Amino acid sequence: MQHVPKEQDRFKRHHLEELTGKTFAYVSIAILLVALVAITYFIASKGLSTFFKNDVNLFNFLFGTEWSPEGDMGKPSFGAFPFIFGSFAVTVLAALISAPLGIGAAIFMNEIAPAWGQKVLQPVIELLVGIPSVVYGFVGLSLVVPFMRERFEGVGFGLASGMVVLSVMILPTITSVALDSLKALPIKLKEASFALGATRWQTISKVLVPAALPGLLTGVVLGMTRAFGEALAVQMVIGNSQKLPESLFDSTSTLTSVLTLEMGNTIAGSAHSNALWSLALILLVMSFVFILLIRFLGRRGQTHER
Amino acid sequence: MSVRMKDKLATLVFYLIAFVIIGILAGLLGYILVRGVSHISFHFLISPPENIKAGGGIGPQLFNSLFLLFLTMLITVPIGLGGGIFMSEYAKPGRVTRGLRMLVEVLSSLPSIVVGLFGLLVFVQLSGWGFSLFSGAIALTIFNLPLMVRITEQALQAVSVEQREASLALGLSRWRTIVSVVLPAAIPGIITGTILASGRVFGEAAALMFTAGMSTPALDFTNWNPFSANSPINPMRPAETLAVHIWKVNSEGLAPDAKEIAAGASAVLIIAVLIFNLTARWVGRFIHRVLTASK
Repeated sequence: MQHVPKEQDRFKRHHLEELTGKTFAYVSIAILLVALVAITYFIASKGLSTFFKNDVNLFNFLFGTEWSPEGDMGKPSFGAFPFIFGSFAVTVLAALISAPLGIGAAIFMNEIAPAWGQKVLQPVIELLVGIPSVVYGFVGLSLVVPFMRERFEGVGFGLASGMVVLSVMILPTITSVALDSLKALPIKLKEASFALGATRWQTISKVLVPAALPGLLTGVVLGMTRAFGEALAVQMVIGNSQKLPESLFDSTSTLTSVLTLEMGNTIAGSAHSNALWSLALILLVMSFVFILLIRFLGRRGQTHER
Repeated sequence: MSVRMKDKLATLVFYLIAFVIIGILAGLLGYILVRGVSHISFHFLISPPENIKAGGGIGPQLFNSLFLLFLTMLITVPIGLGGGIFMSEYAKPGRVTRGLRMLVEVLSSLPSIVVGLFGLLVFVQLSGWGFSLFSGAIALTIFNLPLMVRITEQALQAVSVEQREASLALGLSRWRTIVSVVLPAAIPGIITGTILASGRVFGEAAALMFTAGMSTPALDFTNWNPFSANSPINPMRPAETLAVHIWKVNSEGLAPDAKEIAAGASAVLIIAVLIFNLTARWVGRFIHRVLTASK
């Protein structure tokens, strides 16, 4: 007779256990959702008040080139175009250097010398990911900037220095994603190409790269996402003058570098402060755009380092 | 040019790329270590920084970095495990799960400065906590969480279905199966991933400038009362970390030996990252060996 209640007990405990565990898992994932919603809400509400409360014209904000938010000479003006341009310029330039190097390294590791590549290049890539961005900034400041100053016109701080520092920072991202997508290709493709008598280079350039292209591009976009949002390393080498650069070696600013330098010195709620939040909103929107782009490139279910 | 020549040339170019990348890393590490290590001394590691005199150290900053890492992991690990368990064990394939996966992706690609500014607004200003270790830890949690979720999910996914089935067949509940069968099997992967994530947290700066702040009160290392303003373990005090200190010294350092301090601190940071990296590899292999009795 005692057997029955015992069974029920176990049944009950079972359910309680399951419920506790499930709740824990659901709450954890809900926290992530809350975090993203809160970030979007707060940044958007602050960033939009520039246009609704301070009556800054959106067009003038995005395309104006005069940034004097405190109005040192007459009326304050909020033209963020130099920073938007700076962010895009330095991102694209870094990708132009990093994409061929990163994809080349991935091809090397997968096709040319797999054993050697895995053993030597893999840890190199992992270590590059781990180097903190301020250290990149420090090296940029003490190696790249003086080099640029000596070899080229200008003071050394500028687009070109930012490009060099960022291209090294995003190299591991591009390489590891490119490597994944090359690895995912069916071996038959390669075998068929070799069977037709193609050389290794022909196989790589005519068969493997086109087949893995969406994945390779995903890697490049992820690298650009990282470059676009990177703050301190860029701030340390780009010079931070608030104007459009006249050449590669001219000093300029990015969205992140302006935020880094000015956010601490504004009064919360002022037009200047709100304008900075609008810059943050542009960064947020751009990171959504990059993610959509990656989705569009069609690699679902795969996740990568930032 | 013949096809064969082109092939040879391409191979050469790929080798060049590989050597360039190895050269970049070797150059970076070599430069930082050569410039910095000579400045590292016991005094440098434990003494507080000087503002205008030479000879300042990085003691409080180093402590802050470690303490902040500890606080962040205290919050991140349980929530990350929960999230990872959800994604791997409870999420059913479909639109909701796809949405959640995208959520993790978006969160992990947010620029850290944006997360920092959000922290400034919500934790520092609105909640009234001010610049504090606690605000910093929450900000770091936000962008460490997606990484932790992914690490856990991948480690859990790698555990074979048979192990789950065997446990369920013995009459254990689904949750019990996860906790006492699947999770232990996934532990080496989770620990390795967590240590690597710690290395990243340790070097983070942009998000911390606006949340944990850019200053440290004079700390009294004999005062371990967590509510006292100059106690090192008070979580509500402002705390400049090592990475933030490097940035500050580089951009506005007034000490005559600012360059040396930056070099020394960078070397310490790099050595810490190397230690995290090596430990992660070693711990992962070690635990795997203990758990599976393989060699």
